[in-house]
Amino acid sequence: MLLLSEIRELLSSEVYVGEEHLSETDIKFGCASDLMSDVLAFSRSGAVLLTGLVNVQTIQTAFIADISAVVFVRGKRPADDIISLAKEKRIPVLGTPYSMYEACGKLYAKGLTSTMEPAVSNGFQARI
Amino acid sequence: MVEPFSQSFLIEGRNFLNAGKASTEIKSILKQLGVNAAFIRRVAIAAYEAEMNVVMYARKAKMTFQVTPQVIKILVNDEGPGIPDIERAMREGYSTATPEMREMGFGAGMGLPNIKRNSDDFTIESEVGKGTQLGITINIS
Repeated sequence: MLLLSEIRELLSSEVYVGEEHLSETDIKFGCASDLMSDVLAFSRSGAVLLTGLVNVQTIQTAFIADISAVVFVRGKRPADDIISLAKEKRIPVLGTPYSMYEACGKLYAKGLTSTMEPAVSNGFQARI
Repeated sequence: MVEPFSQSFLIEGRNFLNAGKASTEIKSILKQLGVNAAFIRRVAIAAYEAEMNVVMYARKAKMTFQVTPQVIKILVNDEGPGIPDIERAMREGYSTATPEMREMGFGAGMGLPNIKRNSDDFTIESEVGKGTQLGITINIS
């Protein structure tokens, strides 16, 4: 588990939304993907999402899946509509100059584990 | 005990600006009703995937959301192209998404499987050229 304020330091991040909550937000897991359906399938609540997908659907997905914070990688900057939706949904948004690979490595090295575990176990194969 | 509640949403196909609005509203309503957070997350994910499927593929749909003390149901009835091979569409990784859909982070072939895995009961019926009906049930008692 890491505090979001520690993640900001580790990733040399800019903070776009939620500056005032960084030191009180616990992050339990990490997940990284540009595919929002994979985030919906494999994330867990309380995770930080690292992504290079910078659009409104990233924030919608984070809200739906109880993601605690979003970090845009590779120095990508969110547009105003993304920032205002994140404020409305109270989702902290950070940006890091690091690549996805480096950003994940830095967090993993500090003990932040993956979310990659099915959230429910009622089967994944079609039963039609 | 969760109070009974029901509401319908109209979802417009191709309206990417509003995509996700119905599902986020459903999530907010369930929070207000005091439903357990783990159930809310499952309902929200199933509703969101269903809503995105309508936005990406169909002309329009009616999404009906019903809450009783025992179950949460989401019924989606769309007017659209329908699904020719449901068994294939249910397969993880199978996708007919366009580059535009992929740019939005969707089209990984996880939508329908994702809805099913978050449901306690899931039904799907489809007629090519007419539309698709989904029935999603999540037990909360």
